[in-house]
Amino acid sequence: MLSTKLIVVYSLLYLGLLFAIAYWADRRADQQRSVISRPTVYALSLAVYCTAWTYYGSVGRAAASGVGFLPIYLGPTLIAALWGTLLLKMVRISKTQRITSIADFIASRYGKSQLLGGIVTVIAVLGVVPYIALQLKAISRSVTILQSFPDVDSAGTAGTIPILQDTALYVALLLAAFTILFGTRHLDASERHEGMVAAIAFESIVKLIAFLAVGVFATFYLHDGFADLFDKAELAGFLKPVIADERGSYGNWYSLTILAAFAVMMLPRQFQVAVVENSSENHLRRAVWMFPLYLLLINIFVIPIALAGQLTFAGTNMDADTFVLTLPMAHDQGGLSLLAFIGGLSAATGMVIVETIALSTMVCNDLVMPGLLSRWKRMAPEADLSRLLLRIRRGAIIVILLLGYLYFHFAGEAYALVSIGLISFSAVAQFAPAMLIGLYWRGGTHAGALAGLLAGFGIWLYTLLLPSFAKSGWLPGGMLEHGPFGIELLRPQELFGLTGMNEITHCLFWSMVFNIGAYLFFSLRRAPNVHETTQATLFVDVLKHERPPGIGLWRGKAEVKELFGLAERFLGAERARRAFRQYAARREAEDVSSLPADAETVHFAETLLAGAIGSASARVMVASVTAEEALGLDEVLDILDEASQIRAYSHELEQKSIELEAASRELKQANEQLKEIDRLKDDFMSSVTHELRTPLASIRAFSEILFDDPKVALEERRRFLGIIVSETKRLSRLVNQVLDLAKIESGHADWGAESVDVAELINEGIQVTEQLFRERGARVECDVPERPCVVTVDRDRLMQVLVNLLSNAVKFAPADEGIVKLRLSAESGKCRVSVSDNGPGIPKADQPHIFEKFHQGSGGSDKPVGTGLGLPISRRIIEHFDGRIWVDSAPRNGATFTFELPMKRNSDQRVGKTDVEESPDSG
Amino acid sequence: MHHSILTRQRLVGIFLLGLLLLYSPALTLFDRAVEWAGFPVSYLYLFGVWLLLVVLAAITVEADNR
Repeated sequence: MLSTKLIVVYSLLYLGLLFAIAYWADRRADQQRSVISRPTVYALSLAVYCTAWTYYGSVGRAAASGVGFLPIYLGPTLIAALWGTLLLKMVRISKTQRITSIADFIASRYGKSQLLGGIVTVIAVLGVVPYIALQLKAISRSVTILQSFPDVDSAGTAGTIPILQDTALYVALLLAAFTILFGTRHLDASERHEGMVAAIAFESIVKLIAFLAVGVFATFYLHDGFADLFDKAELAGFLKPVIADERGSYGNWYSLTILAAFAVMMLPRQFQVAVVENSSENHLRRAVWMFPLYLLLINIFVIPIALAGQLTFAGTNMDADTFVLTLPMAHDQGGLSLLAFIGGLSAATGMVIVETIALSTMVCNDLVMPGLLSRWKRMAPEADLSRLLLRIRRGAIIVILLLGYLYFHFAGEAYALVSIGLISFSAVAQFAPAMLIGLYWRGGTHAGALAGLLAGFGIWLYTLLLPSFAKSGWLPGGMLEHGPFGIELLRPQELFGLTGMNEITHCLFWSMVFNIGAYLFFSLRRAPNVHETTQATLFVDVLKHERPPGIGLWRGKAEVKELFGLAERFLGAERARRAFRQYAARREAEDVSSLPADAETVHFAETLLAGAIGSASARVMVASVTAEEALGLDEVLDILDEASQIRAYSHELEQKSIELEAASRELKQANEQLKEIDRLKDDFMSSVTHELRTPLASIRAFSEILFDDPKVALEERRRFLGIIVSETKRLSRLVNQVLDLAKIESGHADWGAESVDVAELINEGIQVTEQLFRERGARVECDVPERPCVVTVDRDRLMQVLVNLLSNAVKFAPADEGIVKLRLSAESGKCRVSVSDNGPGIPKADQPHIFEKFHQGSGGSDKPVGTGLGLPISRRIIEHFDGRIWVDSAPRNGATFTFELPMKRNSDQRVGKTDVEESPDSG
Repeated sequence: MHHSILTRQRLVGIFLLGLLLLYSPALTLFDRAVEWAGFPVSYLYLFGVWLLLVVLAAITVEADNR
């Protein structure tokens, strides 16, 4: 049914679809409408972590050891919670330094060392080749198995067929061609691969859907759900519900977690998608939970598929690594089998594409480039090197995939998928100390990193890779059993007599002991030098810097023309010109030739080059066209220190200036207020003196008459003295009221607060003013309800208001027929008192000013009747107790002054009790 | 990325919780050949903790999205 031709057609169709997606995403990126600028796409692209090893191998491991495969995914889940700082730091550093690979990163951290970059590249290539072999093995094996559909046969035969008939070789070559199309299609070799990322995100969806489909099939179609499946498996003895191994130890559980947590950040492809291809730091937020969620989803059905496979193939010799594919086949599900195959294909191709692109960049920048650079010292290079760069990368892709094929061909059959993957994990874990300690500790040196890497890598070679060769029959097996030259203490898998661990845990322990040990030992032997200190500070403090202070760390002579020529050679003329022109615009220079050849320009050129050929090589190239003066360690420290001091200082200044601004705003406001008050005071003073002058003038006039003319008649004299006495009274009243008002206005008045029954107060007020009424022949009409109306006020002050209103009313009422009406009412929580007279009333125009100081009603006579301060004081008093006072009047109809005060709550119901209740308080 | 400092610290807290639940003697409490509702208790526990960590991280991060 599924002929080889059909499988090949489907595979090619799938790869074609991938390429179409990549092409489309690249086009969109060129139009500035990037598809990968979404956090979800970023999180999905990280799932390139799940390879064919996850897809097929997890089931194999689950069949052998139950949940033993889970640490590979729990490690990344846990470490993802730390990405908020860890990965953020790596991304920020890589963006500012234009870092393009993990080799570049480590080389850059320890002073842009070409040697370190080269070593990291070698370790990465050697470590990852088995992992690539694993993908080839998975693809070729799944093709072989699918070819025999509907018969199921998982017997591995790859080792026996000649190379030229081997599917895996053609798979490798096809993938190489495909990766070249993906990763090195552009001439601009340094930019991110948007198309590739989009395709990888798509592959992540495909492999997840395919795996879930097989899982649902195994769990719900073949069996009645999880519980049913577990029951049957337990009966058949397949269920392995315990995590601890036979010896009850959790060593494996821990070591696999640590390995996986390192690998998810150190694997070249993970560094590529997580750091290099990252288009926005904001994407990390989503990845922190979405990536672990993806891992959780793709693992839910691993155990069910393993159990269902074991139940289906019980008694046969079927390899559990193939269950994902063979399970649907055994139940004659052609479509599902094909989907499962495509899922596996997508898992494997995704890994191969990203890994080889990442490795080819490293090989080109950190291995080949240094060699070329030293050759170019002897003879001048060609004019345009950007094509050469691409050619190197393409060559590297082919070589890496062929290495993968060779490993697969000669060693692949000896191991299960998971074991091969773990060998690779153990290799890249060697980067972790130099990388992670270097992110937080400034003391690490070039020598320390170099020693640590070499020691760890050596242990890995000896305890893991060597035994894998021995098991494949390339080396005498006796070496494993008795140690080299019969020295048992050096047995590769029981180094120094350490037993009781499996080979992965054993390797992890010893390699980390030697790696970290050597790193610390050599780092602590001497203080970091200038380059190391510079880079250490840039790395460790990256989150503290708004802008990297790297610019200040260069001094010397340079020419823009030379720098431009350099960039032109590596990036191609057009791209170099564009980059320089943009930079010139940023520096506000007219064109490229008028750029100043200062430290900033050199720094720009170096980072530009670093994107294409790696930071270490870029440094060497820039140094070749400029004359740099060496900076002393002290100077570098000063510059870095100065930069941070200036930053702190400017921050402080900013704070200060904000504070100053606020203070000056407040001052301005206060000044305005003062000016206003000053103006009011002037007005007040002139009014007061004016008011004082009038009575004084009349007192003086009458006193002078009496003084000058002793013959004034007694009657006359009495009249004059009467005027003098009443004017003096007015004067002292005026002075008292001025003082009173000043006290109220300045806030120094003493205010009492007591419960006062207004009705009672009104009666008292009438008694006090009785004399006035009698004098003017006026009468009072009172309308006061029975109910008490209680407010909380200063009793004397309120009396002052009342008397003022009453005496005003009497004064303005017509003599002998004046009627003053007093009304008290209580409504909606307010106590309202109004005093009306039947005088001449107040003209409309005067009403708004009646409560102003020294405004006097004329009262019909020429002589002012009051001091002009009574009403302003009344208003202050009423307003102080949250009330209001106003006047209603129509000319010739009298005036009505009304004030309102908030009533004491519930006073009308409770007043009788209030007095009782309050007596203890007042007593 | 504008993770607030508090969010970063909360995530470290989640990391520590994961260590406690999955890599401390607490794990051995559930690492037994016992079944709960037809499921081996270790499976339930591992996937349950995993889901819990993912949900906590999601809530923490997305709550920070102003």
